[in-house]
Amino acid sequence: MDAKFISRGQLPEWLRSLAARFAVLAPARAGSSVIYRPVDPEAPPRQPELAVKPTESAKRALFPLSEALLTFVKNQPDGKPGLELRETPPPRPCLVFGLPSCDARGFLVFDPVYAGSGTAGKFQDNYYLRRREQAVLIVKTCPRPLSTCFCNWVGGGPASTEGADVLATELKDGLVLEALTGKGARVLDSALLRPAADEQLTAAAQSRAASEAAMPPPVDISGCARALRGKFDSAGFWQGHSAGCLSCGACTCLCPTCYCFDLSDEERGSRGVRLRSWDSCMLPLFTQETGGHNPRAAKAARLRNRISHKFSFYPDLHPSLPGQDGHIACCGCGRCIRSCPSAVDIRRIVTEALGTAAEGAE
Amino acid sequence: MPNNPYLPQVATVLEVIAETPDIKSFRLRLDDEAAHAALRFEPGQAGQLSLFGAGEATFAISSPPSRKEYLQFSVLRAGEVTTALHGLMPGDKVGVRAPLGNHFPYDDMKGKDIILVGGGIGMAPLRPLLLFMLDNRDDYGKISLLYGARSPGDLAYMGEIREWMARGDLSVTLTIDREVPEWPHEVGLVPQALDKLSPSPANAVAITCGPPGMIKYVLQTLKKLKFADGQIYTTLEKRMKCGVGICGRCNIGDKYVCIDGPVFTQAQLTGMLNEL
Ligand SMILES: Cc1cc2nc3c(=O)[nH]c(=O)nc-3n(C[C@H](O)[C@H](O)[C@H](O)COP(=O)(O)OP(=O)(O)OC[C@H]3O[C@@H](n4cnc5c(N)ncnc54)[C@H](O)[C@@H]3O)c2cc1C
Ligand code: SF4
Ligand code: SF4
Ligand code: FES
Repeated sequence: MDAKFISRGQLPEWLRSLAARFAVLAPARAGSSVIYRPVDPEAPPRQPELAVKPTESAKRALFPLSEALLTFVKNQPDGKPGLELRETPPPRPCLVFGLPSCDARGFLVFDPVYAGSGTAGKFQDNYYLRRREQAVLIVKTCPRPLSTCFCNWVGGGPASTEGADVLATELKDGLVLEALTGKGARVLDSALLRPAADEQLTAAAQSRAASEAAMPPPVDISGCARALRGKFDSAGFWQGHSAGCLSCGACTCLCPTCYCFDLSDEERGSRGVRLRSWDSCMLPLFTQETGGHNPRAAKAARLRNRISHKFSFYPDLHPSLPGQDGHIACCGCGRCIRSCPSAVDIRRIVTEALGTAAEGAE
Repeated sequence: MPNNPYLPQVATVLEVIAETPDIKSFRLRLDDEAAHAALRFEPGQAGQLSLFGAGEATFAISSPPSRKEYLQFSVLRAGEVTTALHGLMPGDKVGVRAPLGNHFPYDDMKGKDIILVGGGIGMAPLRPLLLFMLDNRDDYGKISLLYGARSPGDLAYMGEIREWMARGDLSVTLTIDREVPEWPHEVGLVPQALDKLSPSPANAVAITCGPPGMIKYVLQTLKKLKFADGQIYTTLEKRMKCGVGICGRCNIGDKYVCIDGPVFTQAQLTGMLNEL
């Protein structure tokens, strides 16, 4: 497929031109964090922040923090009771520039859930699916791993192209952009880009190889689904790992694969919206039942659910190849480790579950 | 259900029945006549009822599929949404997403003796099953209902229950928690009343719905009476939002109560992770 080159100087202009067709998100500095910000085609061009891995994941592109699913109008003009429901029209197609490969792989975890496959329900969430179908994801090769990165334990890598439409690799003076899909090729069709020269393609391939070589070798976590199932009733194990947890929800909020949500209404007068908003299984109210009972009242039970969902329940529901563990619902981005105020480390929990499981009846 | 699983169908409240001081039944009809006619559901299935502005909550469908004129939900006033629902009047509009979830496998229960054990609002999912079985009376063996509540006034569906008690082909036992003057029925908690009744497990199934505390002790009593796990059915209540297996809220391990349940056999529950 097409391979193009864009100079660093032209990059902001290209993003602005894309913003005429797409709702473009690109990494930008916000204090000490890097977050995905909309590119405003009217504002002066700005360089996206590419030197630092974004603090948050890119999931908001396809799964907004809060979105109106429906609008409602309750009373008829004559004051009689009425109810008119309207579905929110589809938003503009979205383009994310410069997301790390783990973020693109994160959407692979959303896909089957929102398409209703792998569960008894088979319900489709077209709000997500429509966005997903139209979205263009321009993944950027990760130059060097952070100490918290472990994408290669879970099938990813710094230059993984899974789930992406374009792979961007930084060179000294600009970026090589390689189309991976038809959608990707179409956005590369711009006068601001020129075909990548052979030396540029070689340099990009070398840079990717260097990134991959910089990754420490992966830890083998095959069998994690079973090991965590075996640990489910080990209260001490979960109490130990959750002892410092503050139930702040930072981990689930920043995670590219956490997809849980809440539904709520907002009303003014007799009209309003039904909102879908991010929610977190690490918060005690998540499973609080009205009668007062809460199956996950203890933070140990909540941490157990978060880790087991990603490395055990989800893989069991979404098998990959026969004989292999299912699809792990974690892309190894390390954000939950990096941003946890009390150093809860998902890698340690999984490897310890495996370690002790190996000593058992295996 | 329409193409958008989050989009409720607009329905009108036909009738509001005050069952007890804190339980009201709402009979609804979908405004879209074709959709109402096409409505298919089974005993044990649930629905999401919306009072827009207040929100949405999950309830068992408490009417049987054979009563086609309406869809009924019986609502215990418990919190924000349920309190708002209790203000509904005939003619008011609500949103309905139904049916959701699995149902009681009444075909597997054919030819067997049926023991229904309900507590409080737990009668809501049992009512359509019982009415279905009464409509198909010859398919089932002995049918017994044990129903308990705090006090006589807290027993829902009493008008109907009196009719059932007058029938010869169904045995009904009522119990209340504490003695009151002139109460002709049992006194004591549901599990104790069950122990006293001591139904035989031979060719029988027991179906129990009610508050978690009651279910726990009913299960113990059934075990004591030598009911096998496969002979016991119950419904689970988890906090739900989407009802369609997406929002991630109602799981027990890799099972989602909203789509894999709410009906489970005790044998299934024993095989599931222990997080009730
Ligand atoms: C399958 C199933 C079947 C059911 N069938 C029936 C039935 O037939 N009849 C019946 O009466 N009930 C039934 N229930 C129970 C019913 O769904 C609950 O009683 C109902 O949802 C209570 O809603 P509420 O808004 O009135 O309660 P609330 O307590 O106001 O709210 C519900 C929950 O929201 C939480 N909450 C409150 N405020 C907040 C906040 N600010 N942020 C986050 N969380 C908050 C509460 O902790 C509570 O757990 C069923 C439940 C299930 C799952
Ligand atoms: S970020 Fe850390 S402290 Fe906060 S909820 Fe997650 S595990 Fe607990
Ligand atoms: S669980 Fe942690 S490491 Fe895994 S994808 Fe989520 S934030 Fe990243
Ligand atoms: S209620 Fe949303 S997954 Fe069950």
